[in-house]
Amino acid sequence: MTSAATTTVTTGYVGWLGLVASLSLVGIAVAISIWQHLGLERSLIWASVRAIVQLLAVGALLAVVFSPHVPLIASWAWVLFMVVFAADTIRRRAPEVPGALGLALMSLGLATVVCLGVLFGLRIFPLNARTLIPLAGMVVGNSLTATVVAARRVVAEFTDKRAEVEARLALGISSRDSARPYVRDALRTAMISQIESTKAVGLVFLPGAMTGLILAGEKPLQAVLVQAAVMFLILGAVATTAAAMSLGLSRRLFTPDHRLVRLARVAT
Amino acid sequence: MTGQDAEDQGTGAPVLAFEEVCVRFGDTEVLRSVTADVADARVTVLAGPSGSGKTTLLRLCNRLEVPSGGTVRFRGDDLALLDPLALRRRVGMVFQRPTLFPGTIAENFAVAAPDGGAEYERQLVAVGLPGDWLDRPADELSGGEAQRACLARTLLTGPEVLLMDEPTSSLDPAATRTLEALGVGLARSGLAVLWVSHDLGQVRRIADACIVLHEGRVADSADAADYLADRDGPGDAGRGGTP
Repeated sequence: MTSAATTTVTTGYVGWLGLVASLSLVGIAVAISIWQHLGLERSLIWASVRAIVQLLAVGALLAVVFSPHVPLIASWAWVLFMVVFAADTIRRRAPEVPGALGLALMSLGLATVVCLGVLFGLRIFPLNARTLIPLAGMVVGNSLTATVVAARRVVAEFTDKRAEVEARLALGISSRDSARPYVRDALRTAMISQIESTKAVGLVFLPGAMTGLILAGEKPLQAVLVQAAVMFLILGAVATTAAAMSLGLSRRLFTPDHRLVRLARVAT
Repeated sequence: MTGQDAEDQGTGAPVLAFEEVCVRFGDTEVLRSVTADVADARVTVLAGPSGSGKTTLLRLCNRLEVPSGGTVRFRGDDLALLDPLALRRRVGMVFQRPTLFPGTIAENFAVAAPDGGAEYERQLVAVGLPGDWLDRPADELSGGEAQRACLARTLLTGPEVLLMDEPTSSLDPAATRTLEALGVGLARSGLAVLWVSHDLGQVRRIADACIVLHEGRVADSADAADYLADRDGPGDAGRGGTP
């Protein structure tokens, strides 16, 4: 066996043949779909092809952005694009939320600034293209679902419990205080999933960053340290985006003179 | 008896006055040029068929709604110029369905009066509930008990006006009579009570004055008299039976 072959075995290097071989796993999924008449074969194949194309395109772009000749501003532009794209995704996934796009931009932007500010400000990671883009991706990608949950939950709470909210307002309670119990419920719902994931990490599953580092040949302890920092980053990002979305949205649902606005029903 | 009658009976300046009030939700005109007064120390019933604008008119009084046109006055002051939070503590409201918050009765009262612990038991007794029920979970109360607890919670803010939005619509006859007696008693003790009802029997039992609404307008005296006499007045829809 050559040394190159040895490297392949110990670090989990995947070549083109390996990629093609891994498609056999998609074949299993397609077979199950056919066997159980799920009708998902085309979706599975389309999703797999699309994933490969998207990842290859991203990989090619990353190769350019990671080049030492490309200034860091290009990486920040990438981050901005991710935030805008994620905000638009939130708008589409939560059509009943008034002003969702603006609120999502504000929430994701805030979380990105705060979390990356902590990571780079405290020099937990060095600031360069190789750290900035993946870490910003972690912030935005993991915050997306929590932000949608928080936004939809706030609207549902204020719709379903309108009478309760108005009963509080009618007692002379401010809109902010009247909203607090319902915003709190929405925030808990949005954050609980990430908290549970954080608790289960290492016991139930090995998360992506750690798995990737170990496969790439990094020492387990270093992989664990990086993963822990990433987990805390995600936790902070989810809490920041969910809180910013919930509080920002709850303010939009009241008039300045403490009246609850009427929410239009939207088919979802 | 009309709202104007209330003032005619010499009870002084109206506590609430509606001057050419209009409310529009989108393309729907809910209230059209409503002019009426509500006096202190009496029960004024807002009567009329369903959809006539009674609840909207009531909600204008504590600024849960605002008029599209015209003026609502509280003791002569334009409501739009008053602090809405302070106003709502002076103009309390009991809703159609009992809306107790999660927790005990005491925790509900604490929302209205965080520093009023000594008053809780007295207020509970005043609405006819046992004074030792403060630690009882709110969701264990019957509809009538819950509505009385809501009334007690509202009274803890020390209101001068009590807005009652069809508060007996989900209650049985016995609980209805209890709440009616409480409303009349509060009016006799000096509160202005503005009570929404489309139950003509209830109107007869509790009204010192009555404002009849029909399709967003104050019905004229002949139509109002017909409506209250259960004759072919302004619209039959939603007329309540006599308990």
